[in-house]
Amino acid sequence: MHMADALLSPAVGTAFWAGTIGTIAYCTRKLKNTMDEKLVPLMGVLGAFIFAVQMINFTIPGTGSSGHLGGGLILAVILGPYAAFIVMASVLTIQAFFFADGGLLALGCNIWNLGIYPCFIAYPLIYKPLVKAGSSPKRITLAALISAVVGLQLGAFSVVIQTLLSGQSDLPFRTFGLMMQPLHLAIGLVEGFATAGVINFVRVSRPEILESVASEHPLPANISIRNIVIGLLVAAVLSGGILSWFASVNPDGLEWSIEKVIGKPEFPEKENVMAPVARSIQKKTAFLPDYNFRKSEGVSEGPMPGQASMPRPVADPGRSVSGILGSVMVLAAVLVAGLAIRAARKK
Amino acid sequence: MFDAEYFNLGYLDTLSYQNTVIHRLDPRAKLIATLAFILTVVSFPKYEITGLLPFFLFPVLLISFGDIPVRFILKKVLLVSSFAVFIGIFNPLLDRQISISFLGISISGGWISFLSIMLKFFLTISSALLLIATTSFPGICHALQKIGMPEIFVSQLLFLYRYIFVLLEEAMKIVRARDMRSFGRKGHDIKTVTRLIGTLFLRTMERAERVYQAMLSRGFSGSLHTVKPYSFRAVDAVFLFTTIVLLYLFRTRDIVGTLGRLSMRALG
Repeated sequence: MHMADALLSPAVGTAFWAGTIGTIAYCTRKLKNTMDEKLVPLMGVLGAFIFAVQMINFTIPGTGSSGHLGGGLILAVILGPYAAFIVMASVLTIQAFFFADGGLLALGCNIWNLGIYPCFIAYPLIYKPLVKAGSSPKRITLAALISAVVGLQLGAFSVVIQTLLSGQSDLPFRTFGLMMQPLHLAIGLVEGFATAGVINFVRVSRPEILESVASEHPLPANISIRNIVIGLLVAAVLSGGILSWFASVNPDGLEWSIEKVIGKPEFPEKENVMAPVARSIQKKTAFLPDYNFRKSEGVSEGPMPGQASMPRPVADPGRSVSGILGSVMVLAAVLVAGLAIRAARKK
Repeated sequence: MFDAEYFNLGYLDTLSYQNTVIHRLDPRAKLIATLAFILTVVSFPKYEITGLLPFFLFPVLLISFGDIPVRFILKKVLLVSSFAVFIGIFNPLLDRQISISFLGISISGGWISFLSIMLKFFLTISSALLLIATTSFPGICHALQKIGMPEIFVSQLLFLYRYIFVLLEEAMKIVRARDMRSFGRKGHDIKTVTRLIGTLFLRTMERAERVYQAMLSRGFSGSLHTVKPYSFRAVDAVFLFTTIVLLYLFRTRDIVGTLGRLSMRALG
């Protein structure tokens, strides 16, 4: 499930972009040290393989609906976590640009949700310890199932958290979670079965590929559980701290930060002769005039969860009329501009 | 279904090689302008509608100056609207408190926030699509590298993009072969499909090997080079500056309200 721009706030979007770019930089540094150049075309072609695979859909047993392979886990098994993460990030980037899956701001979240968890949690902490060189196909299937389910559960949970922190949706945490987690349990099971099927097939027909990839690029060997746990803790504390700070100070991060920079006077002004003048100047030059109906007549009852003090729009017929009139005019102006340019260029 | 998606991918690519004012701009300028646009749009609060309307100017200008077919963009945006609609539609169900009544019609806060999500969705998605339609993907990769993305990631993007078309062709062949040999739902079970995917995987590995050898024989030494030189000219700076000033004005001034009040006054 791809996160979408429209559901994100700038603070959440940029925070996850920062985390994603940090991980990309970390992976490329790791790869630079250990990588042989043979991996360059292999990674590129495997990324395209993930795209192509999504075109071959299958029937999910018992439901009749169809599914396809997501790809994060199988990439990690073949390439190791660092290269797999880079490939996954590139696949999602192309999806964001060409299929408009989610959008560019949400891309950071999407790479995080679908790349970090399979590559840096599910694969090294679950799949790797369970599967040894001579493991039976059943064991591989079991390991792939658990890893895929865990990876997708974490990803789905992140979507819930990102949506709630952004505060554009009214869905309460429980409902949203109860909707997303079981859905992704099913998706995870399918992903696990499909991944295991492909790995087992390759192991039977061309076992040397999996072995040679694993031994030629022994990337997972130098990834220690301790480092991962510490890294995740640091990331969690940092992002949690920064995000909750943003979220609690003001739901509208940008407005708040602009106000902070420009310094809209917060202190009570002394009531003297100059006060009305100053107030009218302030009104004229107000940095963020409260233009629409929101904030006009105080806050209504009952703060919503996660949405503590968002003022709600309140009716004002006079302003509504002028608002609708203005909206029509703006849209008409935009449309006319577009048509005029088009007509002028045709000549 | 995938024929359509495949076609769109190629079509977007074709559009990006036109030669218009917009296409000639430096990829960096367009990338930064688009990101600034998306951030500004998303920064509006939950119940905002009127403030978002002036922002339609940006996609409209790109479409008209860049000779991009409107229908194509509209269709593409509608095609992907699933997740935002799916989550957004809960707002009217959950937030039923009436917040505006106008000429006897009452509108709940939920519908307003839903409409706001849809407007933001349309603006952000269409601007991303327009970025790719007016800038070739290699151009964007070049911009990313200039902005400071690691080289390994950028060359991965270029490689991936190069081979998507090749491998999609191959997957299409496999699917067509399966469909011709199987009737009804036969051949769609997970067991058969994992074998098909496995076969495609083996072919992919062999292709990677061949590609690598071909690259070696052409003198590959670890990094890719782009031939087309881009330069950041005065036009690009003017474009970027104007965009950011406009975004700032649209974000901070009440365009719709001012126009509305002025026209009310004019009407008496």
